[in-house]
Amino acid sequence: MTSVSGETRRPSSLSALRVILAKDLRVELRTLQSVPAMALFAVTTFVLFRYGLDRESLSGGLAAGVLLATVLFAAILAVNRLFVAERDEGGFDAIRLAPVDGSALLGAKAAALVIYLLLLEAIAVPAFALFFLDSWSGLPPLFGVLLLTDLGLAATGVLISSIAANSRARDLLVPLVLLPLLVPVMIAAANAAQELLAAGGPSYDGVAKWLAVLAFYDMTFAAVGFAVYDYLLED
Amino acid sequence: MADATSVQKRPDPAIAPTPDAAVELTGLWREFGDRAVLRDLTFAIPAGRTMAVLGPNGAGKTTLLRILATLLRPTAGDVRVLGCALPRDAWRARGRIGFVGHEPLLYRDLTGGENLRFHARLHGLPGGGSERIEALLDRVRMTRRADELVRNLSAGMIQRLAVCRALLHGPELLLLDEPRSHLDPEAASLVEPLVGAAPARTRVIVTHDVDAALAEADLVLALGAGGSVAYAGASSGLSAGDARAIYRGSP
Repeated sequence: MTSVSGETRRPSSLSALRVILAKDLRVELRTLQSVPAMALFAVTTFVLFRYGLDRESLSGGLAAGVLLATVLFAAILAVNRLFVAERDEGGFDAIRLAPVDGSALLGAKAAALVIYLLLLEAIAVPAFALFFLDSWSGLPPLFGVLLLTDLGLAATGVLISSIAANSRARDLLVPLVLLPLLVPVMIAAANAAQELLAAGGPSYDGVAKWLAVLAFYDMTFAAVGFAVYDYLLED
Repeated sequence: MADATSVQKRPDPAIAPTPDAAVELTGLWREFGDRAVLRDLTFAIPAGRTMAVLGPNGAGKTTLLRILATLLRPTAGDVRVLGCALPRDAWRARGRIGFVGHEPLLYRDLTGGENLRFHARLHGLPGGGSERIEALLDRVRMTRRADELVRNLSAGMIQRLAVCRALLHGPELLLLDEPRSHLDPEAASLVEPLVGAAPARTRVIVTHDVDAALAEADLVLALGAGGSVAYAGASSGLSAGDARAIYRGSP
């Protein structure tokens, strides 16, 4: 058996991120544990809203609230599952034994969560429009709001999910800690979305301001995550 | 007949610090809450040598291995692994350590081959390590089962893959926690040459097989109940009877 000592090269954080992300997507494609559950949850929730509110169409703040609350709670299903394999199958140890930064794991999990959320929204937003919207003209710009919302959900969700992963109360801990942290995201996203889902067609007044708030929140939590994640990964 | 207390910690030149030590511990303590699991461990392992770690359940053997693997921080004391002070320089040691623990560190929803390719890429093996992976799978006779999901394999097959995973990157320090567990004699004979002594490789082996440990290792660290050192020195300085007495001293 030939030795490979000296032949190995410390992979860059970006290539380690790609390796971990590819592994996560492969496992999700094979097991379908997160995205189908999120999509089913979202569509079921729309049905409940439809009959619970007894309304055939929604607009403005109410439409934004129904859509964003549904996306938020569906996201928590995925956040809870993000680190299950790392915790139960030794992924945390395996990745820490490799010469890679912890930030690669953080980035890979955040990217996986954003992909799951985009897939969810590709199903949930048309379903929402079918259930509730008279006009679909606000939907294209709405995807911009949702993308920034997803980045905020991912930056915060990955951090909290990672902290909670080794706790016995993790299923309780994630929503209890995550939801208060996401209040600013939801306020900004709802304010931007309500203009785009206004009854008379989309209006863009004030949307840029709320998008800037979302982007600021996303960058802040991403920076905090990258700054503290190596420390969090240690025992 | 010796009892546990008759096998005393004694200074031994075989475990004294040397410039070429692959592992060097000075006054290592590890506590979980207010319970000390390892107490004041001081020893060194020269590069290329093998140390067997013996001791009853709960003596801290696995904790010691996880500290050496950079997976746990010491509570107090100095730890140097492959010239890197832990935990500060852990990132420099990672990638040079191979670890076979109680968990195989393999994803159950990936195949054996996918798992090994994942680890090879994380360790930066050239070409994704495909040649190395094929060679290792061949050595443990897992080539034909490499495309099966790990969750469908037997414990012995998973252990063979775990050994492949730990050896993929040609580690300088091999940490083995009961590496023969789950292996039948045939599988053990396949794995044995892979994890055996090699001049360029330092090994720390946790085992309950006293006779094998004394035969295989240059050095022995015997931990008593509570993580204190019952014996640390050359394997030739400890009889099998004395080693077994350490187990009888367990609570």
